[in-house]
Amino acid sequence: MGLFTELKDSISRATDRLFSEQEPKRIGIYGPPNAGKTTLANRIARDWTGDAIGTESHVPHETRRARRKEGVEIERNGKTVTIDIVDTPGVTTKVDYEEFTDEMEEDDAIRRSREATEGVAEAMHWLREDVDGVIYVLDSAEDPITQVNTMLIGIIESRDLPVLIFANKIDLDESSVKRIEDAFPQHKTVPLSAKEGDNMDEVYDSIAEYFG
Amino acid sequence: MPKATNTDDPDGPDGVQIDLISGERMDGMATMEKIRMILDGVHEGNIVILEEGLTPDEESRLIEVTMAEISPDEFNGIEIETYPKSETRDSSLLGRIMGSDESTAKLTVIGPANQIETLHKDETLISALVSRN
Repeated sequence: MGLFTELKDSISRATDRLFSEQEPKRIGIYGPPNAGKTTLANRIARDWTGDAIGTESHVPHETRRARRKEGVEIERNGKTVTIDIVDTPGVTTKVDYEEFTDEMEEDDAIRRSREATEGVAEAMHWLREDVDGVIYVLDSAEDPITQVNTMLIGIIESRDLPVLIFANKIDLDESSVKRIEDAFPQHKTVPLSAKEGDNMDEVYDSIAEYFG
Repeated sequence: MPKATNTDDPDGPDGVQIDLISGERMDGMATMEKIRMILDGVHEGNIVILEEGLTPDEESRLIEVTMAEISPDEFNGIEIETYPKSETRDSSLLGRIMGSDESTAKLTVIGPANQIETLHKDETLISALVSRN
């Protein structure tokens, strides 16, 4: 199956799924730690509701609980689409509290790691049970072919969930959107900088197209 | 299942145990039985190699259960790498790299995160450097 046929089928599956169900759709924002998921969730929420969702930080696992912003109405081309945004903790297969001890006291690091493990488990449970579509956020300055990314995309595909890949941090010199497109050519990749607000028009057009 | 050496026994030989688990052994096991077998081995400091891998749903549950068992100074998670076996050669290059096929015909290496120093994968090779601590 050709790339464009796969892309068309993917959009078609997403459309069929979404037209067959009641709005709003729960759209989970997934990806590895520090890809910019909360920054993106906050930008979308601020742009359309005026409120942020959560705290942004360079420290891994700042988001340790899935957080939802309900009823985000996005207007594109005269049409309004309503989604619930679910910002999830960065998925990983390991959490070591000692990674945080440079940033905080040991007790706080242990508490953070415990909360992070609970958050990742919760995010995996949500993915199996409670989301209608996925925004997968990757740091475009990092190599996207990691076991966690390939595993998660495989899990998402196996559940036949519509998925958009967002190549975040295009404001960084090391950014390579092509590296992400080459890694995941079966899915639409949208470049953006959630921090700087670059290319958000295409982000919202894509969300409306896939999830509206 | 082959048994090598036990790193926990101070009087025993110094080494790392590798459990090579056949597809036949995994057949008929429930998801949680597979996950329990994998994590019991990893908790003991073993490297677990699955001949036929896990389904995406099983991988999801493996992450979830692993997170529930992480505790400070005792167990900080797993390293995992997978590559598809030759049976999937008919699928696209992408499908093989991504391991996204529903098929479980893939080889998976799982080990304790605190013992695997590096776990590298390319299309035909998984390479692990394992410490004995």
